[in-house]
Amino acid sequence: MIDIIQTYWRAFLYSDGYTMTGVAMTLWLLVASLAIGFCIALPLAIARNSRNPAIWGPVWVYVFIFTGTPLYVQLLIIYTGVYSLSIVQHTHFLNEFFRKGIDCTILAFGLNTGAYTTAIFAGAIRDTNFGEVEAARAIGMSVVTLYRRIIIPGALRRALPVYSNEVILMLHSTTLAFTATVPDILKIANDANSATYESFSAFGVAALLYLCISFTLIFMFRRAERHFLAFLRP
Amino acid sequence: MFNLAGYGGPILAGTLTTIELSILTLAVSFLLGLLGASAKLSKSRIAQAVATVYTTIIRGVPDLVLMLLIFYSLQIWLNDLTDAFNLIQFNLDPFTAGVITLGFIYGAYFTETFRGAFMAVPRGQMEAARSLGMRPLLGFRRILFPQMMRYALPGLANNWQVILKATALVSIIGLSDVIKATQDAGKGTFRTFYFSIIAGVVYLVLTTASNAVLLMLTKRYAIGTRKAAL
Repeated sequence: MIDIIQTYWRAFLYSDGYTMTGVAMTLWLLVASLAIGFCIALPLAIARNSRNPAIWGPVWVYVFIFTGTPLYVQLLIIYTGVYSLSIVQHTHFLNEFFRKGIDCTILAFGLNTGAYTTAIFAGAIRDTNFGEVEAARAIGMSVVTLYRRIIIPGALRRALPVYSNEVILMLHSTTLAFTATVPDILKIANDANSATYESFSAFGVAALLYLCISFTLIFMFRRAERHFLAFLRP
Repeated sequence: MFNLAGYGGPILAGTLTTIELSILTLAVSFLLGLLGASAKLSKSRIAQAVATVYTTIIRGVPDLVLMLLIFYSLQIWLNDLTDAFNLIQFNLDPFTAGVITLGFIYGAYFTETFRGAFMAVPRGQMEAARSLGMRPLLGFRRILFPQMMRYALPGLANNWQVILKATALVSIIGLSDVIKATQDAGKGTFRTFYFSIIAGVVYLVLTTASNAVLLMLTKRYAIGTRKAAL
């Protein structure tokens, strides 16, 4: 174990000398996909609660497809599947985008976590107390103000405990990036394993790193919950 | 309906492998979950500590990392074991390794589900069963388990969906499941996109069908409960 750490510690943490690798890459994947997912989820969660089937229908289909299939399949479709289409190979912009493993990975992860987050936020919006909405209408808030001041802040607070679970699951899902040749923690561990055949140490180091990241995230979310959900404390 | 270019057979076989793997994983993790929950709720400090370490570590480490860790290390440990006893080398196939690792991983999630469900059953139920002269195991089987399942089912349904989707990872350690079959078909026909979509459709059908089964189970275990009429 010691020699694997001595040889690979730099690659495990931030760089192999050429590109960003290891923990830095994993965190970048996590932050980028969560940001994309959040931006997708917020408008879609509002659309999901619309009374018009033409608006909530497509959102339902999106959530159904992306939560009903494994992320690995979605990554395969986007990474190897889309690139095999001739229209993608012959369009300059698309060719440039889908040729890179990291672009495909972040796109797949963002769409995937976007679907789960939509479901979480939509549930939280649905649970808004009718009294809050009626009170806001009674003092003459417009629909936009109602969403901006009342519904969305309340829904995001209520969604926080479930959303923190989704973030941890997303951290676990970033390991799939190594199948698209993205040098995250698991890719480094896999390289170390192929070079040394010390499987337990190589993957053990990766497991410890992921454990540390998980605990840090859980700790941060606990703090956030204590701050944002302070009014719920007994 | 679909033009599978002669790859229908392997894809069907792969789908069956995926289903078998999910069901066996469910069985293993279900049992581990019951054991883990009993350990967490037992009076023994050691059992509690072991179960807590188990669930904390497993739930903090990604399943793919654990799978590669266990898959590669298990074979090495087995080789050491067979060498030590002068036995013939025993090769672990990806299917068995997949069931063992996935079962071990999701056992931790089931432990948490069952722990919450056991705590939701009123303490008096088991006390009443014991006072009627039921032995602990009989009381567990007749009284505690059926009531516990009612609370555990939503969590179980969720875990099952996660297991079903996690079996996709086993193709990474070389199992010929539905993903491997569709990827081979895609490479053979140069239609990767089309066959990857087929893999997605297979999973979508499986998750939707199991949703229907789980809904039926929820109704079965809700017999005798009353809901407020709104």
